[in-house]
Amino acid sequence: MKPAPFDYYCPRSLDEALALLAQYGDEAKVLAGGQSLVPAMNMRLARPGVIVDVNRLPEAAVIERCDGSLRVGMLARQADLERMPVALDAVPLLAQALPHVGHWQTRNRGTVCGSLAHADPSAELPLAIVVLDGAIEARSSARGTRWIAAGQFFESYFQTALQNDEIVVGASFPARREGWGYAFEEFAGRHGDFAIVAVACAVALEPNGVASEVRLGLGGVADKPHLAPLTAYCGRVLSQRDLPEIANAAVADIEPPSDLRGSARYRRALATNLAQRALTRALASARTACDGLAQ
Amino acid sequence: MSITSDSEPKARHSVGQSMKRKEDPRLIQGRGRFLDDIVLPNMLHLAIVHSPYAHARIVKIDKSAALAVPGVKAVLTGEDLTAAGLAWIPTFHGYDKQMVLAVGKVLYQYQEVAGVVATSREIANDAAELVVVEYEQLDPIVDPFVARRDGNILRDDRENKTNHIYHWEVGKRAEADAALASSEVKVKQRIYFQRCHPAPLEPCGAIADMNGASGRLTLYLTSQAPHAHRTVVSLVTGIPEDKIHVISPDIGGGFGNKVPVYAGYVVSAVGSVVLGVPVKWVETRTENLTTTGFARDYHMDVEIGASKAGKLTALKVTTVADHGAFDAAADPTKYPAGMFGVVTGSYDFPVAFTELDAYFTNKAPGGIAYRCSFRVTEASYAIERGMDLLAGELKMDPAELRSLNFLKKEQFPYQSPLGFEYDSGDYETTLRKALDRIGYTDLRREQAERRQRGELMGIGLSTFTEVVGAGPGRLFDIMGIKMFDSAEIRIHPTGSGIVRTGTRHQGQGHETTWAQIVAEELGLDPQNLRVEEGDTDTAPYGLGTYASRSTPVAGAALVKAAQRIRERARKVAAHLLEAAEDDIDWIDYKFQVKGVPGKTIGMKEIAFAAYTNPGPGNEPGLEATYYYDPPNMTFPHGAYVAVVDVDRATGATKVRRFVAIDDCGTVINPMIVEGQIHGGLTEGFAIAFMQEITFDENGNHLNPNFTDYLLPTSLETPAWETGNTVTPSPHHPIGAKGVGESPNVGSPAAFVNAVMDALAPLGIKHIDMPLTREKVWRAIRDSGA
Repeated sequence: MKPAPFDYYCPRSLDEALALLAQYGDEAKVLAGGQSLVPAMNMRLARPGVIVDVNRLPEAAVIERCDGSLRVGMLARQADLERMPVALDAVPLLAQALPHVGHWQTRNRGTVCGSLAHADPSAELPLAIVVLDGAIEARSSARGTRWIAAGQFFESYFQTALQNDEIVVGASFPARREGWGYAFEEFAGRHGDFAIVAVACAVALEPNGVASEVRLGLGGVADKPHLAPLTAYCGRVLSQRDLPEIANAAVADIEPPSDLRGSARYRRALATNLAQRALTRALASARTACDGLAQ
Repeated sequence: MSITSDSEPKARHSVGQSMKRKEDPRLIQGRGRFLDDIVLPNMLHLAIVHSPYAHARIVKIDKSAALAVPGVKAVLTGEDLTAAGLAWIPTFHGYDKQMVLAVGKVLYQYQEVAGVVATSREIANDAAELVVVEYEQLDPIVDPFVARRDGNILRDDRENKTNHIYHWEVGKRAEADAALASSEVKVKQRIYFQRCHPAPLEPCGAIADMNGASGRLTLYLTSQAPHAHRTVVSLVTGIPEDKIHVISPDIGGGFGNKVPVYAGYVVSAVGSVVLGVPVKWVETRTENLTTTGFARDYHMDVEIGASKAGKLTALKVTTVADHGAFDAAADPTKYPAGMFGVVTGSYDFPVAFTELDAYFTNKAPGGIAYRCSFRVTEASYAIERGMDLLAGELKMDPAELRSLNFLKKEQFPYQSPLGFEYDSGDYETTLRKALDRIGYTDLRREQAERRQRGELMGIGLSTFTEVVGAGPGRLFDIMGIKMFDSAEIRIHPTGSGIVRTGTRHQGQGHETTWAQIVAEELGLDPQNLRVEEGDTDTAPYGLGTYASRSTPVAGAALVKAAQRIRERARKVAAHLLEAAEDDIDWIDYKFQVKGVPGKTIGMKEIAFAAYTNPGPGNEPGLEATYYYDPPNMTFPHGAYVAVVDVDRATGATKVRRFVAIDDCGTVINPMIVEGQIHGGLTEGFAIAFMQEITFDENGNHLNPNFTDYLLPTSLETPAWETGNTVTPSPHHPIGAKGVGESPNVGSPAAFVNAVMDALAPLGIKHIDMPLTREKVWRAIRDSGA
């Protein structure tokens, strides 16, 4: 044990957990998988006065498919999702993103919702949910439940739209739809490290080959997942020749940070390269999906 | 005599067998005993307070808040240690001294400023945060070239008001300069071997247990050199050496990092003396990376001259060394720059000269031999990079250039222009084997085709020579103590035994290989020869394990001690076989009466007789000790070939293949050697591609943890292809040379040469390590390609 002293609570019901959050406010931190929080506490970079350990809450680990989306409960581990073929089939982008999330050892413990709530700007799951246009379910004892669109949830480095008394109780990832193709690309220091740059891409094609949607998100280039404005490329038939231009457009307004892992210029070059690779793969997979549709 | 053979050595009793490691069942099952496993009654815990600044005057230290924490027993500062005469201690080679806890000012970020002793580690850590230190910041120097200007003198405690520590040179300056000036072809390159860290998985630690009744200080230390540490403690504290007991328990990796004496060792000892109970100190990862011995940090200007045909004419290497705040490099006394003189490598230079100047900066001290025999890695990297630069200049194949200039096997023993006598080697055979294994000709053809298509593929060679096994007493000492080593063997009545040496393994496999060496000499079962190291009360005196010295020195002592056992056993055999001692031969691991093959007796029977029926006039028992002063160093060599592909868009490099052919002379345990090669290559790979201790302009350490200081995982690490040739050392009793460090010494140049070969079509000549993807990408971008 190397953290600074803290008080520890282990509530047995969600109500009890929410009451603790209401009582301690910004002093309290929720402990789920602990794969980010605990190292930060051990290095004393994080010094929460109160830990609310939600690992004993009943029925909070559910993963289920409902109404065209995949619903992931607050304590579902990343590995739970990874080991559930039905879930991976429902959300192909998650299937591609999950192997990049830490290591299989950390995924056994780390939760999907915890990663969203932690909001590391280079993390994979926040990027995936933003590109998929999913939503996060937050609950507090005072105001009950509210759904926050992923695009509004992430605010800045480790900052989300969550209030101090709120907890993420679930997340909703839109399931695969007809004519869509997905791709996830990442460049990290080592396998399992936080991304230097990550790109998630989802492309929808009409049966006639016209792209109805082009969604591309970048991780590691801003203070939160960056969704590139690419609506200009919708309503067109896209060919391989168009992709360098789209990739350049995708990174046009990013201002990546510089640190030991990569300078801003390098991150921009990587982002362009990864965006092009992701677009290529997503488009190919969308075409395959359309061909399947035609047959 | 030098024999090189590709064939397996003929079957022997023990040596040469891939026996499974005897230590592994214990270590794999968590039944080892590492320092932090040891818990003593009434033990207290030490936490260290570190400086947040790289250079600052200490205005005031307020202990009161920390002392007020329940459970805190003492807070020690540099002033307290001054009273005990322990605020400063000498560095190992005696040229400098170093602060234990800062006195007056701090000289690097994370420097130890105070120690808090408490009833638990948690309380000690919490209270350490409450020690209030008031600092007045001073301008730091993080660049040795700035330090050289002496505009700001860092070490005001020293008599000489300069940041210059020492100048060292060897060879013929004027002749080298003249030869370079008249050479038809010349290359010159500034090559930086970056500051990196051995980063053993187990950090350093100590438990000091001062027994007030017996007056004895027991020190459990993560020590690669327990006897040397006992002597140092005695010399520094004045405690008689018989009252000091150093125990070095299982060690989770050392790599040179556990050779120096650290502040935590001294402060825990002072704490135990003051408080009368044991005090434990165990480093955090950050403490290990920021305060304990770093490695390398050499800025080397390499100049090589040659004829147009590629024949070498001269070598000159001029180095600026960054030693950090204290000159704590753990080198033998007469070798301030270690074995850097091996920089002529495997090549026949008619003349050579090298000089080095070392400077203080506001960084942690160290300059330890990280898996290398004192600066051999820097030297090897310099010459192997230099040879590739020369090959590029000559437009000559780097393998051909090397072959042309190799020392020939008939030239051994070879007197190098920088003062070493190479014992044996056959560089050409080893290189050929490596090239054949990797399919060099085909790879060059593939490379030419890929280059046509604009693809970046490179092949890199390193044909290095090491100098290890320090060392002959006439040349090598640490604090005056000659660098011999020792072995003691006791054979029990039932034919098993215990073997002790003055070395201390940290993963090298001595518990197995030492048993194999003794078993080979005595015809006993290595499974029943227990090896014990690390306890100064029981082991014979030795200088420890580092610099690939264990097998060359202690390994030789083991052979000699075993032979002494055999000579004593021969007397018993003569008695039992009823023959004259001169008529007893040792044949096929048994004693035999000359010419009477049926009349034999084995060592196991002799052992029992030695205790039950030794024979008239024969000394009972069966024990022997030998202190071995090696006549020379040993010179392992190897040929490594790396094949890499470089992605133009991202600068990402992929090591497609890596062949390592090593020649460490006689191999005691091929499996253990292969394991050593795998480990060292992985470290070399990390150094080449990802590791550098980085500071900002204020001396802030930017990667003090494993999130930012990267260790490769199995997913990044290439698949290693290993092999060997055998050129025995002519002076080692079984021809062994030492191998643990070869892969770390030899591989960085192979990786870098491969990447530079890939980038050669773009006109890129050199990039300093680590070859991060961004650096490679930047070089490609700047080349205009």
